[in-house]
Amino acid sequence: MQEYSLLVGGKAGEGINTAGLSIAGLFSRLGYHVYMYFDYPSLIRGGHNFAIIRAADEPIGAHRTGVDVLLALDRKTIETHKERIGGKTTVIYDSSQVGEERGYGLPLDEIIREEKAPPITRNTAMLGALSRVAGIDRAILEDVIRATVPEKHLDSNLRVAARGYNGVEGVFSVRPLDAPKLPVLTGNEATGLGLVYGGLDTYVAYPMTPSSGVLHFLAGRADDLRVRVVHPENEISVILMALGLAYAGERAAVGTSGGGFCLMTEGLSFAGMSEIPVTIVLAQRPGPSTGVPTHTAQSDLHFALNAGQGEFPRLVVAPGDPHEACAWSATALMLSWRYQVPAIILIDKTLAEGAYSFDLDASTPPRDHEPVLRDGGEEYRRYRRSEDGVSPLAFPGTEGVTVKANSYAHDETGFTTEKAEDVGALQEKLLRKARGLKTELGGYKTVKTYGAPESSKTIICWGSQKWVCIEAAAEVGARVVQPVVLAPFPVEAWSEAIAGASEVVCVENNATGQFARLLREYGFDPGTSILKYDGRPFAVDELTARLEGVFV
Amino acid sequence: MTPDRSAAGLITPAQNTWCPGCGNFSIQHMMRSAIAEISEEEGVPIERFVLLGGIGCHGKLMDYLNVNSLYTIHGRSVPAATGIRLANPDLRVICHVGDGDIYAEGLDHLIFAAKRNTDITVIVHDNRVYGLTTGQYTPTSPTGFRGRSTPRGVVEHPINPLEVMLAAGATYIARGYTRKTRHLKEIFKEAIMHRGFSFVEVLQICATYSNLTDYYDARVYEIQDGDLNTARFESAIQKIREWDYDRDAPIALGTFYSVERPVYEESFGVPRAGLEERRNRVRRLVEDWR
Repeated sequence: MQEYSLLVGGKAGEGINTAGLSIAGLFSRLGYHVYMYFDYPSLIRGGHNFAIIRAADEPIGAHRTGVDVLLALDRKTIETHKERIGGKTTVIYDSSQVGEERGYGLPLDEIIREEKAPPITRNTAMLGALSRVAGIDRAILEDVIRATVPEKHLDSNLRVAARGYNGVEGVFSVRPLDAPKLPVLTGNEATGLGLVYGGLDTYVAYPMTPSSGVLHFLAGRADDLRVRVVHPENEISVILMALGLAYAGERAAVGTSGGGFCLMTEGLSFAGMSEIPVTIVLAQRPGPSTGVPTHTAQSDLHFALNAGQGEFPRLVVAPGDPHEACAWSATALMLSWRYQVPAIILIDKTLAEGAYSFDLDASTPPRDHEPVLRDGGEEYRRYRRSEDGVSPLAFPGTEGVTVKANSYAHDETGFTTEKAEDVGALQEKLLRKARGLKTELGGYKTVKTYGAPESSKTIICWGSQKWVCIEAAAEVGARVVQPVVLAPFPVEAWSEAIAGASEVVCVENNATGQFARLLREYGFDPGTSILKYDGRPFAVDELTARLEGVFV
Repeated sequence: MTPDRSAAGLITPAQNTWCPGCGNFSIQHMMRSAIAEISEEEGVPIERFVLLGGIGCHGKLMDYLNVNSLYTIHGRSVPAATGIRLANPDLRVICHVGDGDIYAEGLDHLIFAAKRNTDITVIVHDNRVYGLTTGQYTPTSPTGFRGRSTPRGVVEHPINPLEVMLAAGATYIARGYTRKTRHLKEIFKEAIMHRGFSFVEVLQICATYSNLTDYYDARVYEIQDGDLNTARFESAIQKIREWDYDRDAPIALGTFYSVERPVYEESFGVPRAGLEERRNRVRRLVEDWR
């Protein structure tokens, strides 16, 4: 694999994320697949932000520890990332901040003063310098700048980029690939697009890292995508508003992280009982409580599976990259309406805020599902019993129909009931829906496998750890098994996928091995857990080393 | 169910379980009449009315009226109502809530609905006590109220919900009393017809845990034309503060405040689109990415 890793670091407020995306754009332009990991503390100005951009001639979705180029806008970047700097690493730094160092110093204060450019263009100087070091044609550099910088700042950016370009020397040469330039999307953006693809009318959310990217993206593109975006007073209001929208016939989705999801659980249970569809994007971050707000974890798996009082069916999907996030968000929303159950799209900071090359044409469009609607005829009963437990929907405002939805146990009409036979029948109706949903999912690729098919070494992972596991598996000669659907658990597909596995490890970003626990519940052996719970995702080399310690 | 357009037909066959003498009966019948009359006078089909309930004695109304209903959870009917109104502006959305339900559990939602001026009507069944959980104090119980959770008497002062609503930005504020039924019905109709957020506080008799019939009968009076200027905040606040739910004072019934402001739901100018158009827009957006 032809690959390059680059790091850009500086203080919060210096536009590190944007700089990282510009670097990703540069490599995309050359036909490379890119992945960007963005790391930042929970503060607005100061601190230390960095982005690691990795570009390769094959699909990727993980970073490595070492880098080929390190772009330092401050001294802290060099000090913090010493372990990433090797013999072949080229360091480019702002000499007005850092002083003298090994590598290429650029006097960025002087450059922007002389070019009368805004301070944010320091990043553009770095982009220029990187292009020269990496042997990237200047025309391509200017193309990327033109595509991202607003017209009125274009000239100053081009001048500053030229100063960066001319201030360093060529070190290596990135070969342009004969491949299309793919857009670079975050998991949050892909999730938002998937929801719209699945029929979303309204997105409702209260800001919470790392889910806010969906809110910002859909709010910013609301007119383009013909969706409505609402930001109410809290997460309780968020989910109730979504349920009100859905009761009246609009497809609504909500987004949050652990703490906000805590507030939504009563509404989730209400959705389960009243059979009002809702789709929830749950982007995990490390807890307990406020935890580590801007970092990553996969520690809310059992919370997502079990949240809400009482017993009711739900769909929980855990996409592993933006392609899966887009397709499964659409599917989750459609199935939520088809079976009138809540659907949870369980992602995490790594996927939500990570940026990846995205190829819409490479993914099969998700299968369509229509809700079951009232077709006239007999007197309407919102909870009419049916073979598969799904009652035809009608919405208020429909002539000749009264729609009564209820959080209490209810009879077919929707009237509150405490009668034993009604209560039992209601629960059985919910169980029938769960069976129907499970059967439906039998037609989907709910468990995916990658890598050496004959290998006895098997790596189990879920969600964002998919790509780091695929790459590490290639290095240790293992195969990877990844469930995309977590509830209803695809028992049969899992049995098939795991057949023949003798040496098994289960890789997760949590402290207690939550997926391993789920597997044991279904009678499967999860093998040895490899866990990481410091708020950071695995790097490929780091995971490989951990795997080598287990596979002997 | 199938709607029955006669006023009598708006009552469902569900068995009524309110206590004899409960103030909820007046609210039920006056709301039924208000809906039937608006439907008749304004030509609004019964199917376009939606009732929401929280949890408490008041919520049982969801089972008793043959009108679209969403029987929600404790304190949370108001955001659901906002969602319904957002989805379909042709609907007349009426939230029935209790005093514990909305002044304790769901006060945040009430304040924000008023702040947004969402076009819904909120009817508070304020009996100033928790009935269904058998007799605890609520945010409007008077100081000294002895409930099962406060056997020595409440030390807090009650809130004046009308004052809270005026401060929050409600564009219609009124108060009724369950023993003045015709007056109550007129207020309901006015509130439902008001464009924007309408708040109706109903002093409701609880026959079992807090029977204030004699207390209210001796103090209530109907606001007369010329008593106040309902378009003026200062005039409204003065009348609203006449009785603070604690001290002895005359208790005004009627409309305190009624003004026009832009309606929240109408601020979303997004044109509607079908699924295929949206999907094409998704594809185009990815193709033209950044």
